[in-house]
Amino acid sequence: MTPELINTFNSIVASATPLVIASIGETITERAGVVNLSLNGSIILAAMVGFVVALAADSALVGVLCAMAIGALVAVVIAAADIELKQDQVAIGFVLTLLAADLAQFLGQNYTRIPGPQVLITPLPLLSDIPIFGPILFRQSLFVYFSYALIFGVWFWLFYTRPGLAHRAVGERPEAAFARGTNVNRLRYLYTAVGGALVGLAGAAYSLSVKPGWSTPPSMSGDGWIALAIVIFGGWHPFRVVLGAYLFAGLRALASAIQRSPDVNIPAVLLNGVPWVLMIATLLLVSSGSIERLLRVLPRPAQKWMRNILRSDPPAALGTRFEQQ
Amino acid sequence: MIKRGFIVQAGFAIVPIGLSLLITALLIAATGTDPAAVFALVWEGAFRDLRTAAQVVNFWIPLTLAAIGLVVTFTAGLWNIGVEGQIMMGAVFASWAALTLNLPHHLLIPVEIGLAALGGALWAALVGFLKTRLGVHEIFGGVALNALANVLSIYLISGPWQPPEGGSVRATPPFQPDALLPPISPAFTVNLLAVVVVALAIAAVTIALRGTRWGLQLKATGKNPASALLLGVPTTRSVMSAFVVCGALAGVAGAYRVLFTYGSLRPLVSGGIGFLGLLVVLLVSMRPLWVPIVTFAFAAILSGSTRLRVALQLDSSLAGVLQGTLVLAVLLTNGMRQRLAARSKSAARSSAVQREDVVLTGAIHDSRTD
Repeated sequence: MTPELINTFNSIVASATPLVIASIGETITERAGVVNLSLNGSIILAAMVGFVVALAADSALVGVLCAMAIGALVAVVIAAADIELKQDQVAIGFVLTLLAADLAQFLGQNYTRIPGPQVLITPLPLLSDIPIFGPILFRQSLFVYFSYALIFGVWFWLFYTRPGLAHRAVGERPEAAFARGTNVNRLRYLYTAVGGALVGLAGAAYSLSVKPGWSTPPSMSGDGWIALAIVIFGGWHPFRVVLGAYLFAGLRALASAIQRSPDVNIPAVLLNGVPWVLMIATLLLVSSGSIERLLRVLPRPAQKWMRNILRSDPPAALGTRFEQQ
Repeated sequence: MIKRGFIVQAGFAIVPIGLSLLITALLIAATGTDPAAVFALVWEGAFRDLRTAAQVVNFWIPLTLAAIGLVVTFTAGLWNIGVEGQIMMGAVFASWAALTLNLPHHLLIPVEIGLAALGGALWAALVGFLKTRLGVHEIFGGVALNALANVLSIYLISGPWQPPEGGSVRATPPFQPDALLPPISPAFTVNLLAVVVVALAIAAVTIALRGTRWGLQLKATGKNPASALLLGVPTTRSVMSAFVVCGALAGVAGAYRVLFTYGSLRPLVSGGIGFLGLLVVLLVSMRPLWVPIVTFAFAAILSGSTRLRVALQLDSSLAGVLQGTLVLAVLLTNGMRQRLAARSKSAARSSAVQREDVVLTGAIHDSRTD
């Protein structure tokens, strides 16, 4: 593998990391039955807060923590509006996604295009010396290493621990979970906040590492929607979600590489449409309507196998309210 | 009792407005500016004279068209976030006619507006097709098609439709005078035809939703698509028709932006008007007659904020902050009111039950086991 190719893969992993963290965060929230539709705005607001606080406190860590707090706060507003005030999660999430983006632009107006603290790349000793994989995976920022731990941690939590079972039950069958003594709404608050904090962390990963600094319009604008789509593509399973995020970042990098090559003549502006075409394509791939259409052209034995791979069923109680006595 | 009920009602209307103004004032103060000066500037920017009032109306026209269309999609239970892209496609289609067709004014204008409606409707139908046939939720289809509409318009502006002096991403060349909508007068620059179209759209949607079979089918689809289908409502057709109607109205809104406000096609020509329309519909919750009133208030805030940058070095996103907090405050206060109502109702019921219990225990004492 040439050094250029290794560099390319290294930067794909780096640029996918905020998407990984945000979509894993949303997976945690949605697994508990709550939709946090505010992702696009939350990430933008958290990116601004993370950058500005890190600049003011001269500490990236303080910036990261504040970004996580903001992400959790926005998410908790959605959970509270749903649980206490019986308002539609989608409506509140939509209002918040617009409000958070405007708030970021307004409050961050004096901090655009100025240099600030960054989370630098720290190669891991020993691991970064592994041929090929070392330089790709282990010459990264702390955000990236955290995302690795997060992926496996959430997978283990959801499928191999008792509290993880309760977590899933709250999103699948809240009545059954309640009957077994689980405080459904308290867990929904908890996992919405945890998921929101990770969304905030994703924002900080942008403004302190992947796309350092703050600008209007924000450079990560739109990625929150992509992350929401990746959760669906990933069928609410951490591994598949992560696969989706890396695939997405890889295809985006490929598109811009094609653009840069001298013998291709596509107007640069059209390139901006690529992520959105990809987003619809990935959703089409897992949506029930198109799966069936796609399967009909396959031989019969392959159909069942393919259906199992592609099917993506949301948590049964996703977006519904639980009236706890 | 009636008086007290009225005060409570008024309180629930005033509290969110006051709360959102207070929060916005605190945010302004946090940036080191006097909130009173900002609110005065926004008010003046909207209502100082006939010229600024005309600008308010010029925001009100496309915003109301989009919002009235969104009442239709909301009635059918649809989140038409794609309205922003539908406005842009209307603008693109109208711009094509304005830039390429050589027709007399009285023919060109209807062609432009008709094409704009077609463009918006096509873009909306695509969201509807993705939803009904391919199972892609309309929020995601809409978000992606918004971005693609913007990419397309920037491509056209910087490529095929670029001004002769060279490629720019600012705007197409100005349209020929025959292609533009005329103002009522030089002092009050608003197009009269557009105001009439808005009034007709409000009337048509109100009547269609209240008194037609189509409106009833939309409502049934929106309330419960599964049982509507079982009762024989063609839900797929209802969904598609709601998208097409909303898209056509949004397309006309886009036409107004290019044929009157700008006189050329620009990137992000809708300027967030579609998203603002969604906020309006969340506030009025499917009551079309309230739409023009709320859109007027929002248009005034939007139009009044355009001078913030020049006068006070404040970002005009403040308008969005005020509108966003207002809608959030209204939704949360609504929830609070319902919660209080439910609590007082259940309190009343339980005290009634207790009284009944006393009577019952007195009368048939022995038959009660608990």
